[in-house]
Amino acid sequence: MSANLLILLAPLTGALVAGLLGRRIGSGLAIAATITGMLISAWLSIRVFSVVAVGDGPVIREEIFSWIVAGNFNVHFGILIDRITAIMLIVVSGISTLIHIYSIGYMADDPDEPRFFSYLSLFTFAMLALVTSDNFLQLFFGWEGVGLASYLLIGFWYKKESACNAAIKAFLVNRVGDFGFALGIFAIFMVFGTLDYDRVFQMAGAGEFKPTVDFLFFGDVDTITLICLLLFVGAMGKSAQFLLHTWLPDAMEGPTPVSALIHAATMVTAGVFMVCRASPLFELSETALGVVTVVGAVTAVFAASVGLVQNDIKKVIAYSTCSQLGYMFFSAGVSAYAASMFHLMTHAFFKALLFLSAGAVIHAMHHEQDMRRMGGLAKKIPITYGVMMLGTLALTGFPFLAGFYSKDAILESAYAAHTGLGTFAWIMGMLAAVMTTFYSFRLVFMTFHGKPADHHAYSHAHEAPWSMRGPLLVLAVGAVFAGMIGVPLVGEGWFKGAIVLGQGHDALAHAHHVPFWVKWLPFGAFVVGVYLAWLMYVRLPTLPGIVAETFRGTHRFLVNAWYFDRLYDWMFVTMAKKIGEGLWHTGDETIIDGFGVNGAAKMCTRIAGGLRWVQSGYIYHYAFAMIVGVLVLVTVYT
Amino acid sequence: MLSLVTFFPLVGALIIVIGVRDNPSLARIAALLVSLVTFLLSLKLLYGFDNALATYQFLEEVPWLTAYGISYRMGVDGISLPFVLLTTLLTPICILASWESVQKHVKEYMIAFLALESFVVGVFCALDFILFYILWEAMLIPMFLIIGVWGGPNRIYAAFKFFLYTLVGSVLMLVAVLAMGVKAGTFSIPELMAYPFTLQFQIWVFLGLFASFSVKVPMWPVHTWLPDAHVEAPTAGSVILAGILLKMGAYGFLRFSIPMLPDATRFFTPLIFGLSLVAIIYTALVALVQRDLKKLIAYSSVSHMGFVTIGLFTLNQQGVEGGILQMINHGIVAGGLFLLVGVIYDRMHTREIVRFGGLAQRMPIYAVIFMLFSMASVGLPGTNGFVGEFLILLGAFLASKPVAVLASTGVVLGASYMLWMYKRVVFGEIRNPEVAALLDMNGRELALFVPLIVLVFWIGFYPTPFLDMFHASVQHLLDQASVVKVGVLAR
Repeated sequence: MSANLLILLAPLTGALVAGLLGRRIGSGLAIAATITGMLISAWLSIRVFSVVAVGDGPVIREEIFSWIVAGNFNVHFGILIDRITAIMLIVVSGISTLIHIYSIGYMADDPDEPRFFSYLSLFTFAMLALVTSDNFLQLFFGWEGVGLASYLLIGFWYKKESACNAAIKAFLVNRVGDFGFALGIFAIFMVFGTLDYDRVFQMAGAGEFKPTVDFLFFGDVDTITLICLLLFVGAMGKSAQFLLHTWLPDAMEGPTPVSALIHAATMVTAGVFMVCRASPLFELSETALGVVTVVGAVTAVFAASVGLVQNDIKKVIAYSTCSQLGYMFFSAGVSAYAASMFHLMTHAFFKALLFLSAGAVIHAMHHEQDMRRMGGLAKKIPITYGVMMLGTLALTGFPFLAGFYSKDAILESAYAAHTGLGTFAWIMGMLAAVMTTFYSFRLVFMTFHGKPADHHAYSHAHEAPWSMRGPLLVLAVGAVFAGMIGVPLVGEGWFKGAIVLGQGHDALAHAHHVPFWVKWLPFGAFVVGVYLAWLMYVRLPTLPGIVAETFRGTHRFLVNAWYFDRLYDWMFVTMAKKIGEGLWHTGDETIIDGFGVNGAAKMCTRIAGGLRWVQSGYIYHYAFAMIVGVLVLVTVYT
Repeated sequence: MLSLVTFFPLVGALIIVIGVRDNPSLARIAALLVSLVTFLLSLKLLYGFDNALATYQFLEEVPWLTAYGISYRMGVDGISLPFVLLTTLLTPICILASWESVQKHVKEYMIAFLALESFVVGVFCALDFILFYILWEAMLIPMFLIIGVWGGPNRIYAAFKFFLYTLVGSVLMLVAVLAMGVKAGTFSIPELMAYPFTLQFQIWVFLGLFASFSVKVPMWPVHTWLPDAHVEAPTAGSVILAGILLKMGAYGFLRFSIPMLPDATRFFTPLIFGLSLVAIIYTALVALVQRDLKKLIAYSSVSHMGFVTIGLFTLNQQGVEGGILQMINHGIVAGGLFLLVGVIYDRMHTREIVRFGGLAQRMPIYAVIFMLFSMASVGLPGTNGFVGEFLILLGAFLASKPVAVLASTGVVLGASYMLWMYKRVVFGEIRNPEVAALLDMNGRELALFVPLIVLVFWIGFYPTPFLDMFHASVQHLLDQASVVKVGVLAR
């Protein structure tokens, strides 16, 4: 067994030990088992990263075993580690390890600890299988696997009705995305006859495929556009993009470490990873890239606008995640894949940090999540305050922290694309940047500044134990330095063959040459956002109420997240149940059984009423129908 | 060898008739032993089976009514052998599942089960159409008795509905069988496959066979017997019904309709696709609103069998192999789900979903196994359900994109009803005091699931041994299906 395979198997082993034996061996040993697995995985990931990404090692390709073979369809489990995968390995195994450690403190009083750690490790395994895949089907395997883990973890506190509903919602919305993804996979196989990345990308690059395919009522459509858009539907589901975003805010029902790991740092970025991974395909379709850009840009603004008015501390960060994922997508849409990956990496650090800090706040406040009941906590929990401030500054793009580099690279690329959609994305991105700063500082001000709203909770607030503080500090270091260290990622050709750029798709290369004002405008956005937040939540605390009152319609629209939940609830849940009941009672019971089965029988009764001596009406009804059937057939046939 | 596997259970049943007097435990043990030996014998078949051959193996032929071209012909290929194995595997599980839940007429119950096993195995091995027909009908009798004698309160209605629904189909099939046999002068299945029927003839015969097979699958709209039969049947009856009996209809398509009537098959493919799509979507929506656990799973079976029929009629390697694999998968997963319902039914004597809730707190092992089978039913990668469903949809996409797109919506709907049901039964607070007193599964109950769980993951991660068994035979089937017997392409 190769060391690379062990990167995946170590967390899986941990998950199985904790999950199956957790009750026997007790939570101490179960936790130890999962953390050992994670440490092995993280260590091996760092090693392979240093070979492939730091050094100049060759791309690693391993075939593990053959999975499904039928006719000319042949897929195996395999490992591919190039520079995209190497980055993902570090992010996934690194952050996951930290979150395992953090959870020791956070979940300490929960009786179901082994189950929790088992799920966390299972998630890590699936995510690693996703990023190391060398073909589209294994990608799908990991994709659904992280979906399962996410479902289990959101519903971890299964006694809570709301948690169960959120879990189901997450699974189903993702399934809608996967519906598109699966069709994309079928289309790839139909066109290329294989699902291996190498073969598909090579043939796509060489133009060895049928240029158009017939698809439903769309008639002949461009092959690559079709494939890319279908795949992108999957990405939209997993990465909670506009229209398929509704599950992510609800996913906050899960324990906070889960929100940090799955719903901020790793799983939700799978869609971005997939688009970057499939760059050789996306580059061949301007239409698909355009759709990616628009969806990303709209999501960035939409989610940020909803984030402005949320009062639940985790919901603010959740919408923020959604919005930042929008940035990553429109960046990919203007062919600045490297900037997407860069932002994915820095975002993983500071967003995990923000969530875990929020977790520390919630922990300190005895599971209170409403920011209106907080306030003034800076004095009581200064370390948490400090790291949260660092995370906020990194997110909002304060100079020389992580977000400053990656977000600016994205915005500059969008500007430098010099296309209509690029400029649109740039404007939306700037707008979202102002809002990001506003809601982030609103969160900080409401939570840590001002006067305590709930004196009882305030007086009992306490700093988190060391197992929680340690990971916070490590992530804080990441949030500060990840940008500076990661800059080479957006340099020319760092990703080598892993990212392919089409002719003239050089927005990122031109990003350095944008005018001075474009470079510093994001900082301007930062200043405006901070000022507004300070004005409304520190200087004039009555102002938010007045603003909300004045723009009541808008406020309600935003608080209800543009009414998507209600719309979907009515469109899908209520309607599906209504149709289901209708089909059952009217279709099955009245029409098929009533008119068809029993009705045919009744008609026969009337025709041959004299034969009532058969004891059950049913026997005779059916028997008669049967005889008539035979007679008809025999007559017609002969 | 085939006859031994086929009739060993029947011989065992006869021995129980004679040897066991008023001793329920002895009847149970004897029946379990007989079924286990049968399973071991069938494994020997597997051992001796050559995957590379597309022809029938373990052939047996004894002249019977030679004047009419009827013989006792038996043989298996890569399409029928998996079903023989599935039957011999599920029967001991069923007998073990009835260990405590069946208390009246134990001896007769066991006899019925063993007879049923014999007839079903015979159906899959028969290479003579008349022999097939006799066994096909014979099998109805023990099944009818199992539902009618050991079933729930409304069992008589359900049993008759089941019996007559299938009988109507059977009679039409008999007409078709006789027509084909008379025309070709033989009832030998391999010879019938080669006989050049005219298109007109093929279409009529196809309809005759379709009447019987579609009821058995069941396809929409002749599915309404299934929910009633499942609800009233005892647990083991449901397992056999879902696990094996439903497979016989689809097997009929594979063994008769497609290879013998290739022109009619192509002619009717759009109809089959249409009915299957309705089944997938319609019954999934109906499953969503069911209040009775067994009814929900019964409707989900109809939906899943819709995938199977689509797969079989894609007439390409991926779709057909996926369809066959999904038949096996459905036997394992629906079987497992019905067993799971049985476990709580034995404890609480209800199947109303609202009466449950919070089971996870009292029965953690049960909750895990239930989750596992739910996920397999939903088709999560890594479970057997995924491999079958994926191959079917892939094959469908190659055959017809609209069919693939519409069928794929079933994947979303399937997840909805399963997860919602799981939540209401297993998650949440305990509301019913009866739930608070529940005990987790015991060793015997756990033992029922072990082989099924192994298969769920085995087929999920390494389906190669199973698919290898299909390859040659499916290839052969596709060659037969592509033959134009009438010289005029129907489509």
